Amino acid sequence: MQKVLMKVGFVYVGPVGDAGWTYAHDQGRKYMVEQLPYLDESDTLVVESVPENADAERVLTDLAEKGCKVIFATSFGYMDYVINVAKRYPDVVFMHCSGYKTAENVGTYFGRMYQPRYLTGLIAGMKTESNLIGYVAAHPIPEVIRGINAFTLGVRAANPEAEVKVVWTNTWYDPAAEKEAALSLLDAGADVIAQHQDTPGPQQAAQERGAFGIGYNTDMRDFAPEANMTSPVWNWGPYYVEVVEAVKNGTWKSEQYWGSIADGVVGVGAYNEDLVPEEAKKLVEEKLALMKSGELEVFAGPIKDQEGNVKVKEGESLSDEEMLGMDWFVEGVKGNIPK
Amino acid sequence: MSVPQIAKKEQGFRVTLEKRGTTPYLIHFLVPVSSVVAALLVGAIFLKATGHSPLEIYAMMFNGAFGSMYGISETIVKAIPLMLTGLGVSIAFRMLLWNIGAEGQLYMGAFAASWVALFAPDMPGYIMLPLMFIAGFLGGALWGLLPAIPRAFLGVNETITTLMLNYVAILWVDYLVYGPWKDPKGFNFPLTAPFRDSASLPTFGNSRVHLGLLFALAAVVIVYVLLKHTRWGYEIRIIGESQNAARYAGMNIGKNILLVMLLSGGLAGLAGMAEVSGITHRLQHGISSGYGYTAIIIAWLSKLNPWAIIIVSFLFGGLLVGGFSIQTSGLPSATVFMLQGLILFFVLGGEILTRYRIKLQRGRK
Repeated sequence: MQKVLMKVGFVYVGPVGDAGWTYAHDQGRKYMVEQLPYLDESDTLVVESVPENADAERVLTDLAEKGCKVIFATSFGYMDYVINVAKRYPDVVFMHCSGYKTAENVGTYFGRMYQPRYLTGLIAGMKTESNLIGYVAAHPIPEVIRGINAFTLGVRAANPEAEVKVVWTNTWYDPAAEKEAALSLLDAGADVIAQHQDTPGPQQAAQERGAFGIGYNTDMRDFAPEANMTSPVWNWGPYYVEVVEAVKNGTWKSEQYWGSIADGVVGVGAYNEDLVPEEAKKLVEEKLALMKSGELEVFAGPIKDQEGNVKVKEGESLSDEEMLGMDWFVEGVKGNIPK
Repeated sequence: MSVPQIAKKEQGFRVTLEKRGTTPYLIHFLVPVSSVVAALLVGAIFLKATGHSPLEIYAMMFNGAFGSMYGISETIVKAIPLMLTGLGVSIAFRMLLWNIGAEGQLYMGAFAASWVALFAPDMPGYIMLPLMFIAGFLGGALWGLLPAIPRAFLGVNETITTLMLNYVAILWVDYLVYGPWKDPKGFNFPLTAPFRDSASLPTFGNSRVHLGLLFALAAVVIVYVLLKHTRWGYEIRIIGESQNAARYAGMNIGKNILLVMLLSGGLAGLAGMAEVSGITHRLQHGISSGYGYTAIIIAWLSKLNPWAIIIVSFLFGGLLVGGFSIQTSGLPSATVFMLQGLILFFVLGGEILTRYRIKLQRGRK
């Protein structure tokens, strides 16, 4: 294959070594480089630990100036800056992860992480003995709330007695704060720790206390081999390949991509064989098959909120818009959404 | 202490630091420059060892910050909040008031200015912007006044209180953007609605350099005149040098603490106003990249001199801007932070040579 001149930019919110969110994106980048014969490692320009403020706009501009044809901006807070810079570089394709603003040359992409959240909830529900599961959560935005709700629905599908207690850290990447938060949940009696955080800190806390954990973003088994059972994971590589190929072939069009577990952009990571009960594995397989065939929807009624009001009626399910703006907790979640 | 002295005795040399009576102008220039060079040399060893070309990296860093009109404009964008907060803390430091709270004062300025932008009735920019300017200044000033009151009347240590109030201010802004001020059209993301055009500071040409630059430069001139040519400035300087002398001369120390913290906080508040009105055009989580803390380094490197603050802020802005731009050559952000840290370490460490000279003495003690 002939080498074409093409550079691809990546803007990360954390360091590549966070073992979580940014690491998952970087794995996707590496996969893309491997798959596309016309791209070398040196054709991808990476800037990590870029704050979601005025700095982001400069970094995006810099990447466009350095000749990137596609730029992946991998955090929500880059949204306005992506739109601003995209106006000035109409020939560059900007892909913004997890946002909602598009333009002629700006697309958004994300995954239905709530699907594997539900599945891992099943495992947590079967594993817990205290019937209290702790959930270390980042910021009270719809993405995180949706994940907590899906996880809780999974937990209670397997174990109607169990509850999920939520603590907010108001950070995405703060290993110490995340670990502390997990310890506070363990002190409150939780025996399984789940997380919406970018580091394995909460998993390590679970291991210290002899409890169990469900990680997030990437396979976190190595960080807490005696605690971490599995993680809902991101698999960005194939999508990155698809986008770059489309841009190269001139077939790319702006869209809002929300990939599902059937597309493979999200999934349940590898199991820690010693820790995941056999029945749980079977249950996950069963529900996964139903999910892939479209017979199982996570947010299908009847679903009640924390006060017991019916939010989704029997026979109905939430639309994408309703899920994208979710600002309420389902029954079984212990905790508040700051308003 | 004793061990190294033995070693020195054996060699027959003694290294001592001797206080300089006066510091020649050349030293003020030579010391920081050679400190930067020394830092770059140490950094070069590390870069070489990790398989990068030091010259290429340094050239890229310099170009990213100062090598193009765009780079320079972005460096200025970065320098604006550094100048305002640096100037703010330097006035307080002059009176030996340790205002570590510029970060919080910046946030409160941003909050107050955003309040005007979001809730005032629509009006033309020439009314809206001055109102936001006043609100931003007052927001920061009152936040600075808060710890000044217990300091002035009860002697409560302001280092702790100003620092703690930073967290309060940041959490207050978080509360607003996650809660009551959240953009109803924003899918519950933690952002306020975007400001109207009338609430946006004009920018120069196509760049992001906004009118805040003029605020900062004007503030430098005003602070210089205040400190050098007014009775009040004279009092601040005397209090900074000797509280007892000031008291003896009948100066009202408590009143000056309040006034200085008002001005110090107000300037940081202006930085916050300039950031929301000139850059983000809305209030959101994380508007500052720690400008209020960097301000402390800026103030020290400038030796509290208002003119020097302009230059130091610009160079520091360049260091930050250039840092991001070298990452694209495959350098991890950790290495960039290390290089930036090295430069600061050497410059601050080299400081001592402007006040002391190294003497090599032959013979025994």
